[in-house]
Amino acid sequence: MIHNLKHRINVRFASKGVLFSKKIDEFLCDCSNAFLFVVRFFKEAFTKPFHLNELINQCFDVGLKSLLLISITGFIVGVVFTEQSRPGLVDFGATSWLPSLVCLAIVRALGPLVTALICAGKVGSGIGAELGSMQVTEQIDAMEVSAINPFKYLVVTRVMATTIAIPVLAIYCSFIGLYGSYLNVHEQESSSLISFYQNAFSYISFLDLFAFMLKSVTYGFTIGMVSCYMGYHATQGTRGVGRAANQAVVLTIFLVFIEEFIIVTGINFFRYG
Amino acid sequence: MERENRHIVNDHAPVISISGLFKSFGELPVLQGIDLNLYEGENIAILGKSGSGKSVLIKMIVGLLLPDKGLVTVLGQNVAALNRKALDRLRLHIGFSFQNSALYDSMNVFQNLAFPLTMNVKHLNRLQVTRAVEEALEAVGLRDKIREMPSDLSGGQRKRIGIARTLILKPKIMLYDEPTSGLDPVTSADIIELINLVQSQYHTSSLIITHDLTCAKNTANRIAMLSKGKFSKIGSFDELFVTDDDQLKAFFNYNFLQ
Repeated sequence: MIHNLKHRINVRFASKGVLFSKKIDEFLCDCSNAFLFVVRFFKEAFTKPFHLNELINQCFDVGLKSLLLISITGFIVGVVFTEQSRPGLVDFGATSWLPSLVCLAIVRALGPLVTALICAGKVGSGIGAELGSMQVTEQIDAMEVSAINPFKYLVVTRVMATTIAIPVLAIYCSFIGLYGSYLNVHEQESSSLISFYQNAFSYISFLDLFAFMLKSVTYGFTIGMVSCYMGYHATQGTRGVGRAANQAVVLTIFLVFIEEFIIVTGINFFRYG
Repeated sequence: MERENRHIVNDHAPVISISGLFKSFGELPVLQGIDLNLYEGENIAILGKSGSGKSVLIKMIVGLLLPDKGLVTVLGQNVAALNRKALDRLRLHIGFSFQNSALYDSMNVFQNLAFPLTMNVKHLNRLQVTRAVEEALEAVGLRDKIREMPSDLSGGQRKRIGIARTLILKPKIMLYDEPTSGLDPVTSADIIELINLVQSQYHTSSLIITHDLTCAKNTANRIAMLSKGKFSKIGSFDELFVTDDDQLKAFFNYNFLQ
């Protein structure tokens, strides 16, 4: 039904000639296709068959692909943020607040954001290029004519995998960041690991943890969805594959920042009324 | 190797029936009123220049593209009116051999063949899958390539594996998109032989999209010439060969010069 609807929308746009201008028409057509792509995801995700093996493979793929990068960047973010924040707190004699400050920064913003940016580059471009290459070499059509639903097998599994794996990676990234911060604090102020973590989490509320998970899930979904959409609609051979990979990264990062703004505004509304 | 040029017209309903088919992309009309019937056990070759809409036509037969107007009926079912499940059930009876083979490049040959089988036929054990894969590879003469990756195969081998992948579901209809394009004459002859072998072993009816006259002559009972969005002529090779149509003559002359 969605395939037919998409076909009808494209035909209608094509048959009417130029409605506004060619670029605006293309943009509107892309928006309607993207919307139908998301609707189709929700429709296909909750109907049988479920490709659990492929989902598990994709989760491992997403997790393992980014693990080393996440570890290094998470650690560096923790160390650098601690190092940069210390002088300001030293002026007020408040270095004991350093663990809480770093933890607030990581849980409220840096953990999910850094993970999303790394994964957009590493995983998003990979998915965009892989599906794009499958599209231009007719491998997706080959699946379709073999009575296999390529959307369900390729798109649903990948979007679900990023939606599941990226929150896990964000938690991991946050702990690695905090550990980096601890090492820095331990070196300068000789704090123990337990007292550092007790101190760090003392200002973290349920709302912070909820926002952390909401952001991570949203970013994971966005990375999977945008990358799959770009790859799935790649055209014009190898050039199209490159463009799909590139647009997957650029658009994902752009959307992640917009989502960050919307979620933070929404959460602050609940926090401060 | 030349095929007996006789029309297979029987009392049964055609396995593929196309009537009044129109398709455009934007303002570019591609098909402008196509009518064709493919009967059981028959092979039809569709000849035409590049960009004449041959591939678009077979993509509409298998439901990859929707027609703007007209009717495509396969095994008695209107393809455009089917829902996803019904279309998938119908597709199990149609084998589609792609121009560039479209092998899954992340899977080896065994996985390429086993994939459509395990996804469509439930409760098969490992031994049954292996046996079916080996049987299909045996049919195309490439059993020894079972563990190879598609990137390690030659163009001709990839075409054969692509055909084997469609045979694993034992289709009633085969659609070949440019089966001999990009191949040397010897490998082309092997593929032509394979198309005929598939028809005799699996009792399929076939539509062969090609611009290779040798392929059309040696595989098809009837040949349809697609020009300017319509079939300008349909008949046996001999009937087409004595045509007065200038375009068709030019096509024949070019092929023989080649």
